[in-house]
Amino acid sequence: MSGDLIFLMFILMLAVFLGLELISKVPATLHTPLMSGSNAISGITLVGALLAAGAADSTPLSIGLGTAAVTLATINVVGGYLVTQRMLSMFKKKRGDRK
Amino acid sequence: MSVTIQLAYLLAAFLFALGLKLMSSPETARWGNLASACAMLLTVVVTLLHTEVVEYQWILVGIVIGSAIGSLAATRLQLTEMPELVALFNGFGGGASLLVGWEAYHRQPLQDPLGAATILLAVVIGGVTFSGSLVAWGKLKEIGWRSFRLSRPLLFPGQQAINFLLLAFLCLGGVLYGLDSAESQTLFLVLVALAFLIGIMVVVPIGGADMPVVISLLNSYSGLAACAAGFVIFNNILIVAGALVGASGLILTNIMCKAMNRSLTNVLFSGFGAVAGKGGKKTHGEPRPISAEDAYFVLEAARSVVFVPGYGLAVAQAQHAVMELGELLEDNGCEVRYAVHPVAGRMPGHMNVLLAEANVSYDLLVEIDDVNPNMETVDVCVVIGANDVVNPAARDDAESSIYGMPIIEVDRARVVIVLKRSMAAGFAGIENPLFYKDNTRMLFGDAKSSLNAVLGEFKRS
Repeated sequence: MSGDLIFLMFILMLAVFLGLELISKVPATLHTPLMSGSNAISGITLVGALLAAGAADSTPLSIGLGTAAVTLATINVVGGYLVTQRMLSMFKKKRGDRK
Repeated sequence: MSVTIQLAYLLAAFLFALGLKLMSSPETARWGNLASACAMLLTVVVTLLHTEVVEYQWILVGIVIGSAIGSLAATRLQLTEMPELVALFNGFGGGASLLVGWEAYHRQPLQDPLGAATILLAVVIGGVTFSGSLVAWGKLKEIGWRSFRLSRPLLFPGQQAINFLLLAFLCLGGVLYGLDSAESQTLFLVLVALAFLIGIMVVVPIGGADMPVVISLLNSYSGLAACAAGFVIFNNILIVAGALVGASGLILTNIMCKAMNRSLTNVLFSGFGAVAGKGGKKTHGEPRPISAEDAYFVLEAARSVVFVPGYGLAVAQAQHAVMELGELLEDNGCEVRYAVHPVAGRMPGHMNVLLAEANVSYDLLVEIDDVNPNMETVDVCVVIGANDVVNPAARDDAESSIYGMPIIEVDRARVVIVLKRSMAAGFAGIENPLFYKDNTRMLFGDAKSSLNAVLGEFKRS
């Protein structure tokens, strides 16, 4: 068990470094879409919620917690990606088409 | 966990990272978001194939309700309400992580100290994110009751001591819980409540101008909460994705703090405005008003114009009027740019999104360092609803509470036109010497009607 934990910590450390490298290259003009987009990514906790809501032999409380978690995470994921796409579609360069 | 699922998670991790990489340019950003969304879809689909997932009806209920609310919110909402929406979504992410941790504990109350610690981390970070985000949302929504306004920083004596005490209780309770998790069901609920309370207490003293920092920080927390949930259920994709979000939020928080020349502790523990009253020389002289007609003459003759938008632009919904004026000026042979300060507005990049919505080409948006060095060559700076980010006191007056904050040095342009409702003190309550300078003209009134008046003059000629 603790071997697994160490392994996960390795992943965590590398992922943090990767994140810091990638994000520091995002220009200021995209900070809002970055934020709502990364916000949608944080809805990844939906995976945990699915495992909780879909498990066998659950007590009613388990089902309630799991279902609520699925709902919240899905709002986060669906809403986050849609609104990010909506924003990004507005970022246009339109020098060319102006007379 | 089967190999197929693990391989799919690996692919998803790659797509998440690729998505963030593509965010480095406005041209590729849409594909980045799409890659990220595909990664999420892939992750969800393979998770449903997991052998431990056997009951589908409750999942279906959650997904249907969640998708309906999420897509409605994302498509119906005005884009000016973006900061509120981001705050709310942050909170939901944190809330979901809290519930996942709680469910894991409920299913298996007997945890070794390590397991108990990860559950507690997911629950506490998730809880703080949830309640903190709801307060942030309320502040952005300007919720209030009678004379009480949530958006104002709420400070009271002994606040720090109380916060410290809450934190101490949380740590103590956490240790007790970790030592004997099976018998600590009530204690666990107390800890959840404590996490909620701490989230509220942390955000309540924060003023409107500091919202970009808080939203970035909560964004980071929502990622860390997902990360902690990943440790609870031993799932690597949660850890990777959560860490990416956590890092993203941290970087944004850091950028916002630097742009205000303040440390994170300073933002979190001293409500802006509460300490700002002191300091700053009294400025003498009278502001010089200008009419829309005269503003037109000044702008018509200008060869180079820089617009400086602030939160007032968002409040007045004046982004379309600015864009129209900018296009008329360009047709008039004038070079037009928009200088955006990192903390203008209520969240990182707020002004950029507003201007993008109004169809302003993104290559016209410039940052402080692009515009300050050659400010002398700018004929007219038009300041729209911005105050502290153009306050020369930050550069000149060592007494001022915003001294040292990087500003857009509009006062070095030949002429500055400031669009402002009235001479009432700004958000931070700091005198702005800019309004009394010889080259400054004040165009009083609502930003949108003022701009439309100037536009009218242009069209008449």
